[in-house]
Amino acid sequence: MDLNILWFILLGVLLAGYAILDGFDLGVGIIHLAVKKDDERRILMNSIGPLWDGNEVWLVTFGGALFAAFPNAYATAFSGFYTPFMVLLFALIFRAVSMEFRSKHDSPAWRSFWDVSFCIASGLATLLFGVAVGNAMRGMPIGADMEFQGTFISLLHPYALLVGLFAVATFAMHGSIYLYLKTEGELQQRIREWMWRTFGVFLVLYLFTTIYTLEDLPLATANFRLHPWAWLVVVLNVLAIANIPRAIHLRRAGYAFASSCATIAALTFLFGVALFPDLIHSSLNPDWSLTVYNAASSHKTLAIMATIAALGMPFVLAYTSVVYWVFRGKVQLGKLSY
Amino acid sequence: MDVSVLTLSRFQFALTIMFHYLFPPLSIGLGGLLVIMEAMYLKTGDLHYEAMARFWTKIFAVNFAMGVASGIVMEFQFGTNWATYSRYVGDVFGSALAAEGIFAFFLESGFLAVLVFGWDKVSPRTHFFSTCMVALGAIFSSIWIVVANSWQQTPAGFHIVGQGLGARAEITDFWAMVFNPSSMHRLVHTLIGAYILAAFFVMSIAAWYILKGRHLDFAKRSFSIALVVAALASLAEPISGDLQAKNVAQTQPAKLAAMEAIFHTGNEPTPLYLFGWPDTQEQRVNHGLAIPGLLSLLAYGDSQKPVAGLDQVPRGDWPPVAATFHSFHIMVWLGLLFVALTFVGLYFRWRGTIFEKRWLLWVFVLVVPLPFVANQFGWVTAEVGRQPWVVYGLLRTSDALSKAVTANQVLGSIIMFIVIYALLFVVWVFVLDRKIKQGPDEVITVPAATVPGGLFGVAGLRAGMGGASLTESDNAKEKK
Repeated sequence: MDLNILWFILLGVLLAGYAILDGFDLGVGIIHLAVKKDDERRILMNSIGPLWDGNEVWLVTFGGALFAAFPNAYATAFSGFYTPFMVLLFALIFRAVSMEFRSKHDSPAWRSFWDVSFCIASGLATLLFGVAVGNAMRGMPIGADMEFQGTFISLLHPYALLVGLFAVATFAMHGSIYLYLKTEGELQQRIREWMWRTFGVFLVLYLFTTIYTLEDLPLATANFRLHPWAWLVVVLNVLAIANIPRAIHLRRAGYAFASSCATIAALTFLFGVALFPDLIHSSLNPDWSLTVYNAASSHKTLAIMATIAALGMPFVLAYTSVVYWVFRGKVQLGKLSY
Repeated sequence: MDVSVLTLSRFQFALTIMFHYLFPPLSIGLGGLLVIMEAMYLKTGDLHYEAMARFWTKIFAVNFAMGVASGIVMEFQFGTNWATYSRYVGDVFGSALAAEGIFAFFLESGFLAVLVFGWDKVSPRTHFFSTCMVALGAIFSSIWIVVANSWQQTPAGFHIVGQGLGARAEITDFWAMVFNPSSMHRLVHTLIGAYILAAFFVMSIAAWYILKGRHLDFAKRSFSIALVVAALASLAEPISGDLQAKNVAQTQPAKLAAMEAIFHTGNEPTPLYLFGWPDTQEQRVNHGLAIPGLLSLLAYGDSQKPVAGLDQVPRGDWPPVAATFHSFHIMVWLGLLFVALTFVGLYFRWRGTIFEKRWLLWVFVLVVPLPFVANQFGWVTAEVGRQPWVVYGLLRTSDALSKAVTANQVLGSIIMFIVIYALLFVVWVFVLDRKIKQGPDEVITVPAATVPGGLFGVAGLRAGMGGASLTESDNAKEKK
């Protein structure tokens, strides 16, 4: 395995880490308006309060690693997705601000403004991530000079929008299960209903997306013929999904959460299988695609970065675990809370 | 649309980076001050220090969130607006950015959770450790980003692969890239600037409390710690600036010439302008007052040697002279003002009368925007003085744009940023204002004899040394 493939895998790991971690806090935002009382909304926000910032760092690191390992793919994708990414930034900033400022002032109007903007910003950011993934699956109009030649409207293809909605449903479910773990009493019972609802929507959209992909995107499944072992991940994915309702039914929320984490990891993996060895398919001419080779930095840079990652990642994993351990257990509102 | 993608993208970059840079220097400097305050709490067990650290942590948290939110924009923007630049520098920046992500961002944001939310969940020692890690993370972050920026100023440790528009820089020597000729000078100058800013920020709020007669004990201690830090940093900054200017004279003569508006090299020793108004058309400085030979002395350590002027640089490679000159001079004058102010402050602190000198306290309250201005103009000098290059001598800013992006898209995003940043700024000021008016938790000193055993036990545990006092936070009602 060469360094280019290693970095493709590492980017996949970062993306999966981001989707699992920020996924649950975006999901909490998506279902934020489902509870009405001020204290309950504070519990929802505080369930992710100490964690969302660290979770978002996975996105920042993913972006940095893409820039570093595959600068051409970073440049093409970010300039091609100009408008959606600007809207994404808008959503991410608004979301951070909403959490930070909601509970700083007592007036109901102030609080409901930030509640609504928290919910919309979380949903919009998730939708745009999904749209980006959908476009990457379909391929983008990339010219021989590696530049994007489409328009903003061309990015809003029905398939991309479907994947966007699927992302919203996935994170909403993931966030609901997380909330079930972090709440208690009567609130927890209502969250339980939301787990069922969001799971239902997730399942329907999962089926639609799968059928659409199999019917319409031959490129996305080509690697399965070359590497039949990838079917194993499909099977694991289906098992993980099937385990979610089982675990909810048995009231074993920890299992359900582990299953939804596994589901997201498997979906990210399948996304990688669909792309490989390309980072961005060119829909104009397959030869113009950006691959892990023609989009990459030099061997030396990839090697230096691999050294940095090997030195740093054990620490990252260690203190991420410590922080999650410190903030384990049910949410308690205190004077340090949002 | 008549305005070009280039002009709009440059405007957007200036807008977003200058907005972003309101926050990181405060985070860097305040992080260091928090370490000092918590260390004193651990050492003395005095709960006043704990109350101080708790209060400044709240301010720190608000500021940090703003820094993260506005910082993500910067990372996206290299790709969205400057795709050609990203392709060109990616291989070199790659290692620096990866290091920043892995070593700095995770460290900061992970331990920030413990710093802000962990007061009652972990032991004071663990909390102190987290504070140190957050402060360290902020410094790591600045190291890697200043290294990357310095590489744009004085590229080293690379070679060029490919030709024409397909060319890019590839790394040949990682450590030569990290320790490129300007990186350490610029890093030191940036960090000291951050400490000046944070110390003045703390002094401003503390002086206001003293003037209002509130939280006196807290405010006086905070003021004194910050005053010492501000004085040391303000004194160190001109020294670091002098070393850096000598470096600029060697590595970027066009920038130094623009900083001092030297249009003609001449045969005479070069004077240093105290102030003036450069006229680029006429190539002279109007209404200027200059000290003869001083620039020659400062730049080369030789008061006789003329400094290379802009006449030795092709006209097309000149940086904008007036902007570079003015931003540099504003920064320098402000820097000298900080030295003077902190020494006046130290003198009266030593005399023990500073907290009665209301006029001086008002000065400290009101000067707080100036360190922000000085930090911003320092960067304006560095970045505008590098023009027309984005990578000095290698890649022109005008060649660095994204090819897939239109002027209207950039205009749209600029409008969006103006709206959202105006809103963010208002909300930031509003929340800071509330936090400041709310103030720190009062430390209630309880005579040991009257304290019931249980409470005494708690207080003793919290203070670590059996101290008989208790912060209000223990029995305060939950904040609504």
